[in-house]
Amino acid sequence: MSQTLFDKLWNAHIVRPETEESPALLYVDLHLIHEVTSPQAFAELAQRGLGVRRPDLTVATMDHSTPTWAADLQGQRRYGSEQAWEQVRTLMENCDRHGIALHDWDSPNRGVVHVMAPELGLTRPGMTIVCGDSHTSTHGAFGTLAFGIGSSEVTHVLATQCLLQRKPKTMRITVDGRLGPGVSAKDLVLHVIGAVGVHAGTGHVIEFAGSAIRALDMEGRMTVCNMAIEAGARAGLIAPDQTTIDWLRGRMHCPEGAAFDRAAAEWLSLASDADASFDREFHFVAEEIAPTITYGTHPGMVVAIDQPVPPATDEGAARALEYMQVTPGQPLLGRPVDVVFLGSCTNSRLGDLRAAADILRGRKVAAGVRMLVVPGSEQVRTAAEAEGLDRVFTAAGAEWHESGCSMCIAMNGDRVGPGQTAVSTSNRNFEGRQGPGSRTFLASPATAAACAVNGCISDPRYLDRPVVQPPELAIHFPSPRQMEARA
Amino acid sequence: MKPLRQMSSKILVLHQDNIDTDQIVPARFLTTTSRQGLGEVAFADWRFDSAGRSRPECPLNAPDFSERNILVAGENFGCGSSREHAVWALMQFGFWVVISSRLADIFRANALKNGLLAIEVDEPTHGWLLAHPEARVEIDVTRSTLRLPDDRAVEFALDPFARHCLLEGVDALGHLLDQQALISAFEHRRQEAA
Ligand code: SF4
Repeated sequence: MSQTLFDKLWNAHIVRPETEESPALLYVDLHLIHEVTSPQAFAELAQRGLGVRRPDLTVATMDHSTPTWAADLQGQRRYGSEQAWEQVRTLMENCDRHGIALHDWDSPNRGVVHVMAPELGLTRPGMTIVCGDSHTSTHGAFGTLAFGIGSSEVTHVLATQCLLQRKPKTMRITVDGRLGPGVSAKDLVLHVIGAVGVHAGTGHVIEFAGSAIRALDMEGRMTVCNMAIEAGARAGLIAPDQTTIDWLRGRMHCPEGAAFDRAAAEWLSLASDADASFDREFHFVAEEIAPTITYGTHPGMVVAIDQPVPPATDEGAARALEYMQVTPGQPLLGRPVDVVFLGSCTNSRLGDLRAAADILRGRKVAAGVRMLVVPGSEQVRTAAEAEGLDRVFTAAGAEWHESGCSMCIAMNGDRVGPGQTAVSTSNRNFEGRQGPGSRTFLASPATAAACAVNGCISDPRYLDRPVVQPPELAIHFPSPRQMEARA
Repeated sequence: MKPLRQMSSKILVLHQDNIDTDQIVPARFLTTTSRQGLGEVAFADWRFDSAGRSRPECPLNAPDFSERNILVAGENFGCGSSREHAVWALMQFGFWVVISSRLADIFRANALKNGLLAIEVDEPTHGWLLAHPEARVEIDVTRSTLRLPDDRAVEFALDPFARHCLLEGVDALGHLLDQQALISAFEHRRQEAA
């Protein structure tokens, strides 16, 4: 019988198949942990007198609660709170006790978990990867079955390297065609979530396919899979191809020489069969995608940047518009911006920083705007500094930070003030996500940089015309029904 | 984990769709290393204003909130972050059951692992509950039914394994630990194949 890529990954990791009475036992090849969702899991292990079954398949980093300012001259770092430091210290102790590799302050490879693991070649096609973090879907960009779990399941994996899971359904989202200039993977995925809705993916694993997906580099593919969870999906997937192989070659944890070539041949065989069928399908046309931005309080409330905000159709949407202080019928272009955040596991890789730097080079961040640039990992930071991107940002008046989650989740003291407008390259615009009372507009790195320069929401394609709406660009936002009908 | 077999309670209604886990436990409270102390911060920014004053219009601040152990919320409840803190907070706040027309995957999995019954009901039942915030309903886990005040019994889907865990008050870890031999055999097979 023909199989989807997901079926192949799933079947290869079944320790015990599911039955009516009990879920499948699924083997986990790599367990990533960080300071926020692991302490309770380790405490549970200790309480039950259990050890970690496979510390060799467990890798830790510290990213959420960690300060992103460089250490002072004495090597001290200022944590957001005593408790934040306590949390990081707990992770260090737990890793030490159980022999788990931790990328701590001394590691040149520390970073946001979903940025550092692929970078190190820990994420490879055909694997199963879990982490106590919903954006684990990011790793699906490599043809890896990767999904977020809660702390109880973190305990399960620590103790047994397995999870009890029901088999999810499958969905394919095909995007064909070519993205226009100034339109990135982030715009693509925001557009898709806007069309299918924030819970279309519930209970499903989404495979992204089509020529526009194939044309994305690995960083862009990670951006797309990262946000699969924002469509409600368990996981996102993209079949490995030559782009994947080229990106992985030479990475620290990848095989070398002939062993790599053998692995690569196997990886390339991981694809959905031509006649495989999916439970749901959607089709999109890349040419119809404009730079896209959110205007509400969930990632499905999106609009093409030069288009007016749609009217509220229900009470929830009305509440969101009220919270965000946006007016239906008006475009967002020209709305003053207080904070611009370039970072997060969605958009903090080298390509993202380059896209923003291209706009900021020789320009200034507008007066009154605070712009933070927070690379996703220490490797990204070092590489960016080697090509002088840090100087482009600081010369423009932006802040250059060390890596971490920072203002994406506002746990470490980096936060947006109450009532402030933030344009952010992160993935969630929930009420208060970036700080109590914060108003978040999610966008691409290029859009974020354009907004920083103009001090207001701007179209990166028309940098010098922030508030002019070019009528020839009017793009109609298709309804979910139209999208599914095309499938 | 405490077993849950049957319960009857007044409901507490939160109309909003897409209530995400950042609303249930704002991220600034996630620096904790404990599961405890989260009931106080459940829905902190809904229950309290920026000066820390209680918002009387918030249903979670109803004087009889502690007698309302069943939460009925709008569609797509628990979306967003995987933080299990959301489940711990809801339980410590006093909820035993969460009902919506659609629940986010990770939230539902987390809930059932802690003995919080998280269930989806059909649209008409959901609509009825949202429109009757003073209703008292009855839950029967053994039969997977929700009994409305007019005595109508609505069935809900519940994974048989999750039901077993709820009824017995056992979590899944014990079951997983019993599978060690199978797991070792799987690891062995894979090593041979490599
Ligand atoms: S960057 Fe944001 S979304 Fe990504 S792991 Fe950190 S907090 Fe989560």
